[in-house]
Amino acid sequence: MTNTPASPGTATDDQDATAEEVAGVEVGERRISIPGMTEEGENLAAETNSASDHSHGGVGESEKKPLTSGVGSRANRHTGFDLADFPEPKGREEEWRFTPIKKLAGVLSDAASDADAVEQQVSAPDAVTVSSLAEGAAPRHSVLQPADRAAVVAVKNAGEALHVSVPADAEIDEPVRVQITGQDAARRENSHIVLETGVNSKAVFVLEHRGTAQFNGNVETIVGEGADVRVISLQRWEDDAVHVGQHDAEVGKDASYKHVAVSLGGAVIRLNTNFRYAAEGAEAEMYGLYFADSGQHIEHRTFVDHNSPRNTSNVLYKGALQGESARTVWVGDVLIRAEAEGTDSYEKNQNLILTDGARADSVPNLEIETGVIEGAGHASSTGRFDENHLFYLMARGIPEREARQLVVRGFLHEIIQTIGVDSIEESLAEDLENELEIAGF
Amino acid sequence: MSTLEIKDLHVSIETEQGSKEILKGVSLTINSGEIHAIMGPNGSGKSTLASTIAGHPRYEVTSGSITLDGEDVLAMSVDERARAGVFLAMQYPVEVPGVTMTNFLRTAKTAIDGEAPKLRTWSKEVREAMEQLKIDADFANRNVNEGFSGGEKKRVEILQLELFKPRFAVLDETDSGLDIDALRVVSEGVNRAQETNEMGTMLITHYTRILNYIKPHTVHVFVDGQVAEQGGPELADELEANGYDRFLAAVSA
Repeated sequence: MTNTPASPGTATDDQDATAEEVAGVEVGERRISIPGMTEEGENLAAETNSASDHSHGGVGESEKKPLTSGVGSRANRHTGFDLADFPEPKGREEEWRFTPIKKLAGVLSDAASDADAVEQQVSAPDAVTVSSLAEGAAPRHSVLQPADRAAVVAVKNAGEALHVSVPADAEIDEPVRVQITGQDAARRENSHIVLETGVNSKAVFVLEHRGTAQFNGNVETIVGEGADVRVISLQRWEDDAVHVGQHDAEVGKDASYKHVAVSLGGAVIRLNTNFRYAAEGAEAEMYGLYFADSGQHIEHRTFVDHNSPRNTSNVLYKGALQGESARTVWVGDVLIRAEAEGTDSYEKNQNLILTDGARADSVPNLEIETGVIEGAGHASSTGRFDENHLFYLMARGIPEREARQLVVRGFLHEIIQTIGVDSIEESLAEDLENELEIAGF
Repeated sequence: MSTLEIKDLHVSIETEQGSKEILKGVSLTINSGEIHAIMGPNGSGKSTLASTIAGHPRYEVTSGSITLDGEDVLAMSVDERARAGVFLAMQYPVEVPGVTMTNFLRTAKTAIDGEAPKLRTWSKEVREAMEQLKIDADFANRNVNEGFSGGEKKRVEILQLELFKPRFAVLDETDSGLDIDALRVVSEGVNRAQETNEMGTMLITHYTRILNYIKPHTVHVFVDGQVAEQGGPELADELEANGYDRFLAAVSA
């Protein structure tokens, strides 16, 4: 098991646990939990947590870095629509260093979709408009900002985009479901989905990926002013599928946005989920749950861009790993820009290593460019099953096997409970049971 | 009537400097309905005794025995000890994320009794026990000990004591970190369990304060991993007046 920290070369301003202040602001010990990188009682295994390796740049260290963004800052990451600006990655680049590039050859090439690579079915209540958008047709590309080679080749080759639009003031009780079923592990699909929600609307979108394909899909979500929007992305691929994608959202004034990514199946998954704000007063969250078995590489990168004042964000990703070559990566970037005064932000990643040989990388990056914030914190822990939890439950008469099950299910179900669609929660709980059976839990 | 018997117990822990003996021959017998106070200075081995009885893997018994009505407790796993009727109220109860109190209490009760409690009577029993211990009803929906204050965690330990009805309870510094109101509430809970279940109790404490609420039959003074002296409740009064100096001097002499 390894818990790889942010490389010292990055110019992100991870605070040190000893730093009581970030950019002159008292942030308090509850909010900043590195290097223990845990909130009390939530550390999965302090003794196996190599968080002490965590390197910190910037604030709180003797060698102070300026509070303006550096070269590695998320603020300076290139985004754009020109393929020429995104050369094929070699694997040493910061944003690719954890990824098995070779296995992504089928989705990083500048290639059109193969015929019948996926079957796509959309089911939506009557009030919702389902149509398509040609390249260049608004609001396509109004939110998405391709940030890597994968995103830009999909943009270029996606052809018509699926456009799902919820009118202003509409409250949709039934989720809008987009069922994407891969037909062949050798076939390439470039996909583009635009989810648009009007002022004060309320909607849940479920994107479910099954079957197998070489899938490269971008999703952009326009969250209208005062809207309440959930986007649930389920990666339930077969074992040989490859999935890369970028999910961007722009969250309107006083709106509420929640993105939940659940990645269980697939050979390689690399999902970049990001949001920024259109104005003030919004609450946005990203949740993730992943379960990697031997041979799987599951990578999630989250980026919260606090680009305007007085918004709230929360990110929580949880993963479980089992099997020799199970591999997961979480990189969480939070950027609180100079103009984002009054921001309240928190991000956390927790990994539970169930068997020997698995490896989880967890890199929380927090950059703060203004001192006038409500709060900012990040935490990460990667470890084995906590023997103290086990002892406590067993000391109450609960047999070891049952005690382990209670703790592991409790750990994972926290994310499932954020989905809020009963049928999906139940079906995912079943999938988790099947996963847990592999390791004998 | 049941008997918990500890005979010439020697216990070591592994440290970076090697194995270190903490208990150096402890003998103690507790019968149903009796309350034994174990008192002693910090580091004398009181908590080691408690954790060893419960079977914490950190503590290695090198010799001696613990038996419950003649049954070898040391041969039992942690959960078997609990099901045999031994309960440890922990000094530092652990937070268990993602497991609700309701789920936990029902699961543990089912394990201890060997059958699931009847839903309706059980819910009522839990609710009433929580009320008596002044635990907010909303705690039932929260995860085990998660975000509870020190005092709340101790109340929840005693809640379990009342609900699980063990034959013997070991209370490891249950009084530490409690304000005077919480101390009274918690003590009343212990006394209720004592009376209702004819429970044998080992009350480990550093201070005599809790003994104003829970009256011990016997007081054992623990010093350097051994019982230095035992006597009636009057021994606690002497400790209150003179502290542990007399015993510590004897050890260093």
